[in-house]
Amino acid sequence: MTNVTSMLLAALQPGDKPKIPDSPNFWTPTEASTFAKDTDWLFQFITWTSAVVMVGVVAAMVLFCVKYRATDRSKNEKATSDVDHDNTLEITWSVIPLFFVVAFFVFGFRGFVDLRTPPKDTYDIHATAQKWKWLFQYPSGYVSDTLHVPKDRPVKVIIESQDVIHSFYVPAFRQKMDAVPGRYSYAWFQAIELGEFPLFCAEYCGTSHSDMITKVVVQEQGDFDKWLAEAAKKEEEEALKNPAAYGETLYNRNGCATCHSTDGSVKVGPSFKGIWGKTENFADGTSAQVDENYIRESVEDPQAKIVKGFPASMPTFKGKLSNNQIRAIIEFIKNQK
Amino acid sequence: MTDTTADAHASHEHGHGDGPHLAHHFDTYQQQFDTGKLGIWLFLAQEILFFSALFVAYIVYRSMHPEIFIWAHYYLDTQLGAINTGVLIVSSLTAAWAVRCAQNANKTGLVINIVITIACAFGFLGIKYKEYSHKFHDGLMWGPADAELTWTRHNPKEEVWELHEFRAHHPEVAEAAEEAAKEGKSRAEIAAAARKAAGGKDYGIVRPNHSNIFFGIYFFMTGLHGIHVIAGIIVWCWLLIRALKGQFGPKYFGPIDYAALYWHLVDLIWIYLFPLLYLIH
Amino acid sequence: MASTTTTPDAFGNAHPTADESYLTNERGLRSWILTLDHKRIGVMYLIGVLCSFALGGFFALMVRTELFTPGKTIIEADTYNQMFTLHGAVMVFLVIIPGIPAALGNFVLPIQLGAKDVAFPRLNLFSFHLWTIGALFLVLSMYISAADTGWTFYTPYSTTTTTAVIPATFGAFILGFSSIFTGLNMIVTIHKLRPPGMTWFRMPLFCWAIYATAIMQVLATPVLGITLLMLIVERAFHIGIFDPALGGDPVLYQHFFWFYSHPAVYIMIVPAFGVISEVIAAFSRKKIFGYKFIALSSVAIAILGFLVWGHHMFVSGQSVLAGTIFSAITFLIAIPTAIKIFNWLATMYKGRIFLDTPMLYALAFLWVFTIGGVTGMYLSVMSTDVHLHDTYFVVAHFHYVMMGGAITAFFAGLHYWWPKLSGRMYDEKMGRISTVIVFLGLNLTFFPQFIMGSHGMPRRYYNYLEEFTIYHQLSTVGAYMMGLGFLLTAINFFRSLRKKPDAPKNPWGARTLEWETTSPPPYYNYHTPPVVDFGPYDYDDLVFDKKVGGYVHKSELKA
Ligand code: HEA
Ligand code: HEA
Ligand code: HEC
Ligand code: CUA
Ligand SMILES: [Cu+2]
Repeated sequence: MTNVTSMLLAALQPGDKPKIPDSPNFWTPTEASTFAKDTDWLFQFITWTSAVVMVGVVAAMVLFCVKYRATDRSKNEKATSDVDHDNTLEITWSVIPLFFVVAFFVFGFRGFVDLRTPPKDTYDIHATAQKWKWLFQYPSGYVSDTLHVPKDRPVKVIIESQDVIHSFYVPAFRQKMDAVPGRYSYAWFQAIELGEFPLFCAEYCGTSHSDMITKVVVQEQGDFDKWLAEAAKKEEEEALKNPAAYGETLYNRNGCATCHSTDGSVKVGPSFKGIWGKTENFADGTSAQVDENYIRESVEDPQAKIVKGFPASMPTFKGKLSNNQIRAIIEFIKNQK
Repeated sequence: MTDTTADAHASHEHGHGDGPHLAHHFDTYQQQFDTGKLGIWLFLAQEILFFSALFVAYIVYRSMHPEIFIWAHYYLDTQLGAINTGVLIVSSLTAAWAVRCAQNANKTGLVINIVITIACAFGFLGIKYKEYSHKFHDGLMWGPADAELTWTRHNPKEEVWELHEFRAHHPEVAEAAEEAAKEGKSRAEIAAAARKAAGGKDYGIVRPNHSNIFFGIYFFMTGLHGIHVIAGIIVWCWLLIRALKGQFGPKYFGPIDYAALYWHLVDLIWIYLFPLLYLIH
Repeated sequence: MASTTTTPDAFGNAHPTADESYLTNERGLRSWILTLDHKRIGVMYLIGVLCSFALGGFFALMVRTELFTPGKTIIEADTYNQMFTLHGAVMVFLVIIPGIPAALGNFVLPIQLGAKDVAFPRLNLFSFHLWTIGALFLVLSMYISAADTGWTFYTPYSTTTTTAVIPATFGAFILGFSSIFTGLNMIVTIHKLRPPGMTWFRMPLFCWAIYATAIMQVLATPVLGITLLMLIVERAFHIGIFDPALGGDPVLYQHFFWFYSHPAVYIMIVPAFGVISEVIAAFSRKKIFGYKFIALSSVAIAILGFLVWGHHMFVSGQSVLAGTIFSAITFLIAIPTAIKIFNWLATMYKGRIFLDTPMLYALAFLWVFTIGGVTGMYLSVMSTDVHLHDTYFVVAHFHYVMMGGAITAFFAGLHYWWPKLSGRMYDEKMGRISTVIVFLGLNLTFFPQFIMGSHGMPRRYYNYLEEFTIYHQLSTVGAYMMGLGFLLTAINFFRSLRKKPDAPKNPWGARTLEWETTSPPPYYNYHTPPVVDFGPYDYDDLVFDKKVGGYVHKSELKA
């Protein structure tokens, strides 16, 4: 994805610093996801327990200091108790905290399992972290540097990193996950509040770690769809001024590159190198020349003609790529001589 | 205990005048010996933990990428490894014998045993050197295939099927693989051809991705072990000088005992390394 | 030597003769840097640790000053990143880990135990010199270009950044061995050099604490050593173990690092517990409550501490099962810690409490460490840690336990043993004032960090969103206040050094053996091994003698 990102980096304006919406809570930010309530409840529970412990410890300490204070050493006063152990007491003050910590653990475990278990029907967005920028790719293939998500719909962000470890963190959603190079990770959430929330990089990643900030925009489903369509259209219009370059972006962004090389090497599918105008033999014995229509058909209905010697494993991109985008890809393939 | 003898004042080190090797803060030789013994055991515990992370790394990568370890084992010289194991075991024996000699005030025996131990240690290093230079020569190193320095470049010169050893044992498999490789077939196809020639058995002879990892671990583990051998040689040489001066006897033989314990550990680590790296496949 | 004709008691409450005192029996630089005396080695460590603390504090003030405003205040982002890395590394590896075990422990433990020295005096000196070399590597790497990785040196950032990571990690590697050898020495000393009558359960709790710490030092630190070595080799030769591009696993590094660094946090705090036990008992004039529970809970913490490292990695992608196990065991550690806190409170109950400087520090410890401890609970609860991980909440947590716990206890111990160490009493009033300033400054610095952290302020941020400004500014003011408190402390100590020796043998009326020796102690500690037939907290035999300004035995008073 390297050349896409560099291209997009140049194209995208750095977003304004996000604002943190006012929170009604003293300790925690706005509760903007389904997790927030549970996590905050537990946070409050620990806080109150700790407060009671603290008040107890400090009160006892201050009380003893006042009550048993001595100032003159030459008086040689003796302690008024010589009890030096009491097993009942020891057991009591071991077991009572044990109850509380077991409760913390159990609630924390349940919350964590929720945080790590996305439902089946999630809306999937790919996040790529790199020094020092986030890129989010929507199922349509459109890429943005702010994260837009529909409200009230489970969203799964599939996270990867291009260089070092970063971490995807949205405080308002109480969700965080590291982006580790060389593997995929994920974080899911369901937003329950409209608005804009900061999204941070929470794992130290170098010079501009603290500027690796963007925002999450939560929209109603309808608004979200409209935003996505319009944003994609706008980008397309911009990009069609140089269709071959746009085609390359799409080639990378849509994963064509995982199966088709441009250097002649054979991956899952045939290489694009030199295919333009060549006559292709198919598994069923027929053959055809590679032209605009053939490529369009290969993209929209790959199973129609299977190139000889290859599996019928290419997915269809019908509906995912617009006419203009397919045209851009054709321009790109034409250039692969 | 009194402080009245004349040499008590000579130095703070030998405050008691009980003997030249009893430090001032001990009451008896026995106490001093026990103290040293506990110390060396703790040191060995520390050593084991020092190596432990490497063993963990070995286990992690082995379970994640068994194919790398199978492929790599063809390149290790089991014969030299076995000889080295023998050499170390002999030296461990002479080290133990040295302790016995020191306890019995047998100076000649002590000196001879220390000398043999040192000789074995050098022998071990010599054989290791031979192995290393082979690896170096054959591009069996750790780093990336395009590393700037040749000695960090993982770029094996020979495929498994080109190795003498493998050819001798499985000529038909080697031939089939070579054939496929010559035709410029993909890795999967070479592997398939070899498997077919082997009657369905997979010898794992096609170089897997990231095969450099094995040699990273191999050189790190054996290298660190080698450094421990060198440290052992230095210690034994120092003890040899002291033994020649006749400093050890039934009352005072701690240093020999501790060095021998250390040496057993170095031996033991090799006894784990040998099967893990050379034999398991 | 005159020592043969005098018994220690003949010194009474006076001072040892010049050729007896460990400070003056030999002179010259050589007599210090080549000494095998555990007391002198302790003092050298102490000087090193205090200088490092001032240096680490300087870096902290740079960090805090930069954070006074969002965006650039005084330094560039890259410099800032080097500052907090140096701050963390110096404070952890040079200050807090050697602080109590190597500096105070070296000085106090053998005397307290009734031994003439540690088991291996040469090894002891060697580990001090290793410390010096390690410290030089760590600090002088600044002159090449200080590492900017954070004190955790996470891969692959640390293997790819252009700063001088190798000298810094090599320094930490050497410091690790210094710590291992100190631990080894302490374990053997405690096992083998106890005098007649000093049974395990007659040992002062400080010895128990150092013992538990030493076990962790010996068993955990080698793993740090090999991990840093792997990191160095990875960076220099690309062996690929941690490099994803070569098939390695960067998260494996985190496992290795925390396998050491979690036990390391208990290496920092367990000796602090030991100091607090001594101080609270001595200043409450009452036998410590629940001796065995306090002693054995240290050992429990040491053992459990090895099994929880994964709680630093809940969001690193480790499996839910692994996270669950690590989380569960983490909670268990709260129990032995709670036992200690409650036993200390019970010791104060119906005691006779003197609020001298060491005790004030100990009380500050109780207060502040408990906050630090309970905030550890938020972090070991998996669902809240997902939110709080790598935010200022974590920064606040660990400063409350490290600065508020370990360093506070270190200063409690330093004030407590200062008369023994130097033979001088510091100015009590100034001591108390600076304690209060440090306490207030500490809370002002770190409490606001909890609030901004739970609102989502990530750590290691040079620049921040404007909404967090007020918390950062309070924090910066607090840091300067703390700096002032420590400056006063330093002045107080320096001033006492310029006085003539005036410390009595036993100013606080403590019963552990170090208070039976003169202040400062003689070179040999004991002419004959003391026979121990009393517990370390049996205060009944001690009475305050106005004439000497300290405590003496009842028998001595009559004479
Ligand atoms: C002196 C050092 C020290 C000490 C003693 C502790 C003590 C504890 N720590 Fe802390 N910790 C650090 C130093 C320390 N820590 C550091 C340096 C980091 C960050 C490293 C980095 O990333 O840079 C860290 C990070 C850290 C994390 C990872 C956070 C993250 O990065 O996401 C976690 C998570 O579990 C944690 C937990 C705990 C717990 C449960 C304790 C427990 O031991 C505390 C137990 C004590 C008590 C609980 C108080 C007393 C008990 C009572 C009075 C009884 C009643 C209490 C209850 C019922 C709750 N710590
Ligand atoms: C022992 C451990 C320790 C101690 C004591 C401190 C002490 C302090 N720390 Fe530190 N800190 C860490 C360990 C410690 N820290 C670690 C491990 C990190 C993580 C680094 C990383 O992310 O990699 C960190 C990170 C860290 C950060 C976060 C940086 C970031 O994430 O961007 C901040 C920010 O406020 C901070 C501030 C402070 C302050 C204000 C003090 C103050 O308490 C300091 C006060 C002291 C002084 C001002 C010195 C005064 C001394 C004298 C005047 C001389 C005294 C001499 C005698 C008494 C003889 N620290
Ligand atoms: C999962 C793998 C996969 C992906 C992803 C994929 N393809 Fe394919 N593609 C194949 C395979 C296998 C073939 C050969 C079999 C066939 O003709 O269907 C093929 C064939 C083709 C052909 C015909 C090639 C020829 O030599 O005649 C074209 C054109 C093509 N793909 C374009 C694309 C484009 C454009 C994309 C991305 C938008 C894409 N493919 C994504 C697997 C894939
Ligand atoms: Cu990306 Cu921090
Ligand atoms: Cu921890």
